[in-house]
Amino acid sequence: MGLFDKFQKTQESLNSLRGYSQSFFNVVLEEIISSTEAVINGRPTILAGTNNYLGMPHRKECIEAACRAIEEQGTGTTGSRMANGTYSIHVELEQAISRFLQKRHTIVFTTGYSANLSILSTVVGPKDIVILDADCHASIYDGCRLGGVQVYRFRHNDMADLEKRLKRLTKKGTNILIAVEGLYSMLGDRAPLKEIADLKKEYGAYLLVDEAHSLGVLGEKGRGLAEEAGVEDQVDFVIGTFSKSLGSVGGYCSSDHQELELLRFTSRPYVFTASSSPANIAAARKALEIIEKEPELRERLWANANMLYGRLKEMNFQLGPEPSPIIPVRFREIPRAFEAWNGLLERGVYVNMVLPPATPDGTALLRCSLSAAHTPEQVEQIARAFEDIRHLA
Amino acid sequence: MKADQKILSQVIDILREHVSKDAEIRPETNLEADLSVDSLKSMEILAAVEDAFDISIPINVLSDIQTVEDLAVQIEGLLKEQE
Repeated sequence: MGLFDKFQKTQESLNSLRGYSQSFFNVVLEEIISSTEAVINGRPTILAGTNNYLGMPHRKECIEAACRAIEEQGTGTTGSRMANGTYSIHVELEQAISRFLQKRHTIVFTTGYSANLSILSTVVGPKDIVILDADCHASIYDGCRLGGVQVYRFRHNDMADLEKRLKRLTKKGTNILIAVEGLYSMLGDRAPLKEIADLKKEYGAYLLVDEAHSLGVLGEKGRGLAEEAGVEDQVDFVIGTFSKSLGSVGGYCSSDHQELELLRFTSRPYVFTASSSPANIAAARKALEIIEKEPELRERLWANANMLYGRLKEMNFQLGPEPSPIIPVRFREIPRAFEAWNGLLERGVYVNMVLPPATPDGTALLRCSLSAAHTPEQVEQIARAFEDIRHLA
Repeated sequence: MKADQKILSQVIDILREHVSKDAEIRPETNLEADLSVDSLKSMEILAAVEDAFDISIPINVLSDIQTVEDLAVQIEGLLKEQE
């Protein structure tokens, strides 16, 4: 067997897409017009699949903060947080996140992916147990794999299944960490966090919540699902990213456990990578300030999300279980989903194409994500484009 | 490694409920190649196996399970661990 034979299936899948005018694998945003519009194939296109929930990448204040940071501190740190890569702005951002989330300790990582990789490969080890929701992000799975912890899945949002596993596994007498997400990235639904926190208490487990898609999106102050569910004190580790609602690149973990600080010396994905650039950190810090000051951004985001969800529901599309800034539209037949995706692009609307095994139930999803920066007219345009391709669902 | 026959036969019964009715299921049958068990179906099968034997199967061992017999061997190991 040759070195590259294992890629044969991937090549075959790519070949099967050749008949379509545009493949979702090679979309190029030729010109960025705004947070919600770009030129694709020479045509202005509404972006409805970018996780850009609050429109931060184009906020004047964030751009100015990033430019100032580059001018004053350079384009990159050229070093690990452990060596020369910790600038005062990294520390200030950690303090700002701790204040915002009301947690004692925060570590800032270079990406959201590396935040999960760092925490899950280090906090738990081969003698511990992680019970995770089956729909958790790949970074959670990968972190577990790196650290060698025993991993058990429970069915997505199924509390009876989680409890069954807790019952069986507590007999082993070892530490158990439950890992879930705030808003799930594919179906856009919330974890039943109050019930999960109750089970965590009952079985003496620890709880990690990845708020990648819910920071700035859920909760009265925008702190995420834990705030909305009133269980922040039960969450041992809050994970988040700067690359969605904050419009930058980076990640964090916040916790009240003081031992979190020891991860700075023991977590390989933290130690052996360069720290975030000053521009990324400055932009994230400014965006966090804006989230605190402008709750109306969240209101606008939800108004847009509810509007599109309602319009698509009226058209009888099969959608995710609840209105959310992430709206998956299901297509039972994959070739029709390709056709629909192309049809939307031809009508000036970009959404994400998601295929099995990345989809939870084996169907193809056209995944929309809304932004506070979308105008009601743009949301209506997205809805009208879906109306045109309704016959394909 | 040979699996316990009683466990093997129980595993085959569980698999019959989840794969094509016409599929021939033998100890050496490959779950993915012969029974078209994808990641989604494997989760359903594992859940059924876990309930039937009152065990929890860590996903760490899934890469070691290629055939019906591999699955039975893993179950046997987990049952012994519990004793």
